[in-house]
Amino acid sequence: MAPLLEIKELRKQFTSVLANDKVSLTVEKGEVRALLGENGAGKSTLMSCLYGLYSMDSGEILIDGKKVSITDCDDAIRLGIGMVNQHFMLIQKLTVTENVILGLKNPRGPWVDYAGATKKIKKLSDRYNFCIDPNSKIEDLPVGLQQRVEILKILYRQSNIMIFDEPTAVLTPNEVLEFFEIIKMFRNEGRTILFITHKLNEVMTICDSVTVLRDGKTVGNVLVKDTSEAELARMMVGREIFLKPAEPAKNIRQIVMRVDNLHVKGSMGLDAVRGISFELHSGEILGIAGVDGNGQLELGNALSGLAKAYLGKVEILGIDTTHKKPAGLHKLGLSHIPPDRQKTGLIMDYSVQDNLAIKEINRFPFSRYGIISRKEIRAHSQRLIDSFNIRGCWPDSWAKQLSGGNQQKVIVAREFEQKPKLIIAIQPTRGLDISAIEFVRGELVKQRDAGAAVLLISTELDEILSLADRIEVIYEGAFTGSLPGHSVDPLEIGLQMAGRKKAGTCDENEREAT
Amino acid sequence: MKAARSSQPAWGSLNKIVTPIVGVIVGIIFGSLVVVNKDRSLFMVLGQLFYGAFGSWSNFSASLVYTIPLGFSGLAIAFSYSAGIFNIGAEGQLQLAALTTAVVATSTALAGSFLHIPLALLAGAVVGSLWALLPGLLKAYKGFNEIVVTMLLNYVAILLVSFFLQGPMKDPKAYFPQSRPFLESSWLKRIIPQFNVHYGFVILIVVVLITWFVLYKTTFGFKIRAVGLNPEGARYAGINVERIMVLSMVVSGALAGIAGSVEVMGVYHRIMEGFSPGYGYDAIAVALLANLNPLGILFSAFFFGALRNAAGGLQVDFGISISFIYIIQALAILFVIASNGISRQLLNYRRRLHHGN
Amino acid sequence: MATDLMGMIFSEAFLSSSIRLATPLLIACMGAIFSERSGVLFLGLEGFMLMGAFFGFLGSYYFGAIPGILLAIVVNMVIALVFAYATVTLAVNQVVVSVSMNILAIGITGAFFRGLFGAHTTQLLVDRLKVITIPILSQVPVIGVLFKQNPFTYLGYILVPVVWIIFFKTKWGLKIRSVGENPKAAETMGVNVQKIRYISILWASAFAAIAGASQTVGNLGMFVDNMIAGKGFIAFAAVILGRFHPLGTLLTVLFFGLIDAFQLNLQAMGSTIPYQFPLMMPYLFTLIAFLVAGSGVAPKAWGTPYAPEQ
Repeated sequence: MAPLLEIKELRKQFTSVLANDKVSLTVEKGEVRALLGENGAGKSTLMSCLYGLYSMDSGEILIDGKKVSITDCDDAIRLGIGMVNQHFMLIQKLTVTENVILGLKNPRGPWVDYAGATKKIKKLSDRYNFCIDPNSKIEDLPVGLQQRVEILKILYRQSNIMIFDEPTAVLTPNEVLEFFEIIKMFRNEGRTILFITHKLNEVMTICDSVTVLRDGKTVGNVLVKDTSEAELARMMVGREIFLKPAEPAKNIRQIVMRVDNLHVKGSMGLDAVRGISFELHSGEILGIAGVDGNGQLELGNALSGLAKAYLGKVEILGIDTTHKKPAGLHKLGLSHIPPDRQKTGLIMDYSVQDNLAIKEINRFPFSRYGIISRKEIRAHSQRLIDSFNIRGCWPDSWAKQLSGGNQQKVIVAREFEQKPKLIIAIQPTRGLDISAIEFVRGELVKQRDAGAAVLLISTELDEILSLADRIEVIYEGAFTGSLPGHSVDPLEIGLQMAGRKKAGTCDENEREAT
Repeated sequence: MKAARSSQPAWGSLNKIVTPIVGVIVGIIFGSLVVVNKDRSLFMVLGQLFYGAFGSWSNFSASLVYTIPLGFSGLAIAFSYSAGIFNIGAEGQLQLAALTTAVVATSTALAGSFLHIPLALLAGAVVGSLWALLPGLLKAYKGFNEIVVTMLLNYVAILLVSFFLQGPMKDPKAYFPQSRPFLESSWLKRIIPQFNVHYGFVILIVVVLITWFVLYKTTFGFKIRAVGLNPEGARYAGINVERIMVLSMVVSGALAGIAGSVEVMGVYHRIMEGFSPGYGYDAIAVALLANLNPLGILFSAFFFGALRNAAGGLQVDFGISISFIYIIQALAILFVIASNGISRQLLNYRRRLHHGN
Repeated sequence: MATDLMGMIFSEAFLSSSIRLATPLLIACMGAIFSERSGVLFLGLEGFMLMGAFFGFLGSYYFGAIPGILLAIVVNMVIALVFAYATVTLAVNQVVVSVSMNILAIGITGAFFRGLFGAHTTQLLVDRLKVITIPILSQVPVIGVLFKQNPFTYLGYILVPVVWIIFFKTKWGLKIRSVGENPKAAETMGVNVQKIRYISILWASAFAAIAGASQTVGNLGMFVDNMIAGKGFIAFAAVILGRFHPLGTLLTVLFFGLIDAFQLNLQAMGSTIPYQFPLMMPYLFTLIAFLVAGSGVAPKAWGTPYAPEQ
């Protein structure tokens, strides 16, 4: 009998990145298949192609042995495919019922039978113990229940191929257990589940089989009963670190930044950063590893003045900077490489030279009595372009004309030229090619050796491994346990990133081993 | 060593000039088509327009006269829009400014003083900026739609002016609602006696240069444009976004105020109700078609001023409603903005083809 | 003076004129709500109303009142297609396009009016819809005035529940609301965001046409340059103040109608207040209402061009 779902050599390229490189997989009916991999491995892209959100460049999708064409979400829905996104696709102001029935074509003309639909949804909700009142507005529901609404959406459309993208990312441990019960019910009903995740324990707990992706390629297909967490971690993470690891720090000196019990709220109103404390010394690189979505972004924003911490304290060189704005932090010698170079880090329609000068525009020599000295700005930018080897541009090229790598170089050049005392770098090599990555990493090390305190927040594990003198892993908004850099076993980090605490640390959120 | 030349592709900056010109031509042709009938062909209309605009020295001078208030109010809109705020309230600001100028210009205390002109202008600028302050604050700190607020204030301003000119400030000797004549020391005199272009034109050139300088050569202008292009990036770079937004509105209001003051000081030497045929609204097209560049606004203002002049002649001579120039304005703006949009779509489309996205 | 005022306010005539004056705002708002709710700023409302007024007048002059209204609707919808193409398909700045629409309207109406009718600027009367008195209901004290109104007003009465039903009881309404809040999510549910926005814009323009026509073919029977005089902006503000909800907007619009009736009566009463101040009242009150009530929460995707990813 033909497998229920077969994906053959799917290829999907974005402007600068090959997200899926001839990925193939086969899933039987009733299987719970995990798609495992790090950030950027290609799992979400693959499933987005399956659901019609993206169109694949080449490859085939077969359902029940028959080739199908999926050009938009409607096609996918009609084929019985449903997807629960990692970032909920819910309309906050509408009710559960309204969100569930949106877009449905029914034969009753223009009228919507809200009452009837509500009854059906309530029945569905009761069947799986969702405890959802269909008349409540999404914005009034806690996140865990909001996810159940997403599930109701696909149940209502009777999807028998269900895709879940990092479903437990926003759930508390208790909710996770309830979620697993629900998955078991679906499996018993004969539905097929595709489970995108980076969490090894969940894979081992609930899934039947695993497809591991790495750098857009399939690395392995195994049955859960034939493998172990350690082996999965190795497949997921283990690759030759082709970039030379940095020399360990030689001169770690005084404390530059002290963070104490920091709490920051995330976009959904929940805590994204839960009581983080650490100290950062001059001359060291502290790497914060973790999978995207565990609070590192909010932490970085709070430390650089773009977000507010509602509890806790930040001290830089003895000065309380918890509520300082970017301009004030810059004066203290803080450098910030933001994760989004196009939205935050640069003004795309400004020239390279203007972007290089913007943070210091009020000061001599860039301006005198409020009048800009073009010559100085230009000379300054030419110096930086030469010394940082920024390619493909003249000083007056627009930032948007540069490649991603060179844009990042502009930001790095601007931030590091001042010999900052403290650097906060968030995803500094995202979307860059090898030489640009090498360059940025080299610069971070150079600054460290010159005495800067570097906080490196990255989801790229080998970046942390090669650069950090000390490692903290952030998981669900808190640190899981410090690790030394440079000599640490990548597996150990992999396990912590995926939710296992370091042996011996206190953890009231301890998962039940299964 | 890299040569010190510009990296911008030549066609890019040329495009910024070519598109508006084409847009204007398209606008003129289609706008003029509206007034074509069996008695007059398109060719005739265009010819009349051309003659009315620059056909004789006095026509040319009249065009320059219209250029002056359009230039100032165009600068006003350009300045605020550079920070991302659309100041449609220029009309109200210039009317109130003209009213205030009238107070100063008719004041005997300053008669004969060389300060008369500067103070009259200053009064207008201050009032203009005050009338723009409220919408600026509301937009920057509360995010209120500035178009609605400034439009409402426009209507209020025009009614206020009407009240004053029919009431407290009315010239007792006049039949129409207008102020007393301005004292001669407050007049902006003609540059050449036979032609009606007045020294306001000189002031305009000076202010255009100053505005250009401020926007492109000072840190203030640098920050304004940064906020207009990317408020989030500007905030990250340490710029106080709200303060810049409010300041840009204040300056914008001052510029609009000067537009009104200069007009009454140079053309009529008094203020009367309805002295502005809608300069504040023409200014929208003036600013948008010049791409918010002060130097470009000089030309764009001249163009629309000449158009208004010529169309006015058409109205007097042939009874053609002057309103068709608004069709030209609207079509030109739409053309420019649509072609920007289309070229952006084409760019995306080409990029997608290239990378198989 | 005070007692005069009280006598005026609590009269049937006052209620009647309030409703009459609120009518164009109401109809315009009921249309604009669709566009706004789908995420497209309908700032060109003023211009579309002006065109509605003129083309209603034009059609009525040649063919009669009803054909006039139809002409207004057709013309508006054609122009609205241009607006929709620019804002939805090309996804350019909605504010600039809206402002252009207003300018275009002044140009078209002014040019055609003068061009077709020459110098007869005033007293060009056209066929108009007269007041229709509904038997029995109009005999009821006080609220009887509700039934002694122009057909446009009756349309307004019907529109409010109709709009309410469409928004909250039909599939189309659900799609519109979702597109305005979160077009990306709507897209994942198979909703055609562009189509919804196009239709919403066309609907808004059609009703703006009727609202404008109510001024020429309804009340005055003649056209004057720029006769909308900012009512379009007040209507736009009313939608925001009414929190984008038909009932909230109805209340807001009634309030504005009251203010308008009040200031008209103030002028007619021959008080010593110069006429400009009562005239200012609608605009000032709109501003004050804004300051007091704030702009509330707009549909999340309001004013943001949406270009579907590939």
